[in-house]
Amino acid sequence: MRIDCKHVWQHISAYIDGEVDAELRAEIDKHLETCEICSAVLDSTRNVVVLVADDRVFELPAGFSDRLHARLEKELELAGPS
Amino acid sequence: MTAPNPQFEAECIRRILAGERHLFHDLIRPCERPIYFLLMSILRNETEAEDAAQETAIKVYLNLKNFRGDAQFRTWVLSIARNEGLGRLRKAGTRREDSLDAEADDQTGDYTPAILTSWREVPLEALERQELGAMLRKAIEGLPEIYRNVVLLRDIEEMDVRETAAALGITEGAVKVRLHRARALLQRELTPRLEGFAPRQKGLFGWFKA
Repeated sequence: MRIDCKHVWQHISAYIDGEVDAELRAEIDKHLETCEICSAVLDSTRNVVVLVADDRVFELPAGFSDRLHARLEKELELAGPS
Repeated sequence: MTAPNPQFEAECIRRILAGERHLFHDLIRPCERPIYFLLMSILRNETEAEDAAQETAIKVYLNLKNFRGDAQFRTWVLSIARNEGLGRLRKAGTRREDSLDAEADDQTGDYTPAILTSWREVPLEALERQELGAMLRKAIEGLPEIYRNVVLLRDIEEMDVRETAAALGITEGAVKVRLHRARALLQRELTPRLEGFAPRQKGLFGWFKA
């Protein structure tokens, strides 16, 4: 049975994460060979996932780590963990 | 992000509890980013998230003896962070999205992606342009909280489905569904605006198209 575009979209996230079974993957791959819309949807979704994962997108505020460890240092002096 | 190292963590915890308190700095360091960004996702305020992150680290330290080792250390730390964040929202009386979020999970909703017929990849180098990072952050910040939390842990902190589920106190199935919806929403929101960041294509004779 040939799967349609909507069916492919439902599984795009799982497909990107490699979480679809071999049979479904083969069907999606076959669909992608001939469907330029689904190929573009897949490529653009994957592109978004790759971009947001870059460390430059979400950076800790400047000095965050220093302030955290300075506060911890005080706490460590005050009390033990038991 | 730094991958967790259970052996290092177990050894560290043992030595900290035996009195080498200073080792706690090394133990908590790999968790700093996910702690902060999870709290940022819950509290949506930098100052508040930073303060809550510090409180979380202190609570982790004070409760270290209660860590059983049956969960990953980072998962345990993130559940403490989540409780800290939610506690602050409750205290401030601003647990605004609770009921909406619960409903959102059951809805089928419209998660149709933006339809396009071709895609030119936006390379990571494009992130040198600050407006691209700002655009991505804004899109993620605009997601409903339940989707934002999952995207942050799964796609930004690159945690696996199991750990994300444990840290957020939801099922693995819910992680997958929310991640799918979040990615579809992001694709729809960002795709039309990302095109401007793709490199220009070379024309037939190597010229750049206008």
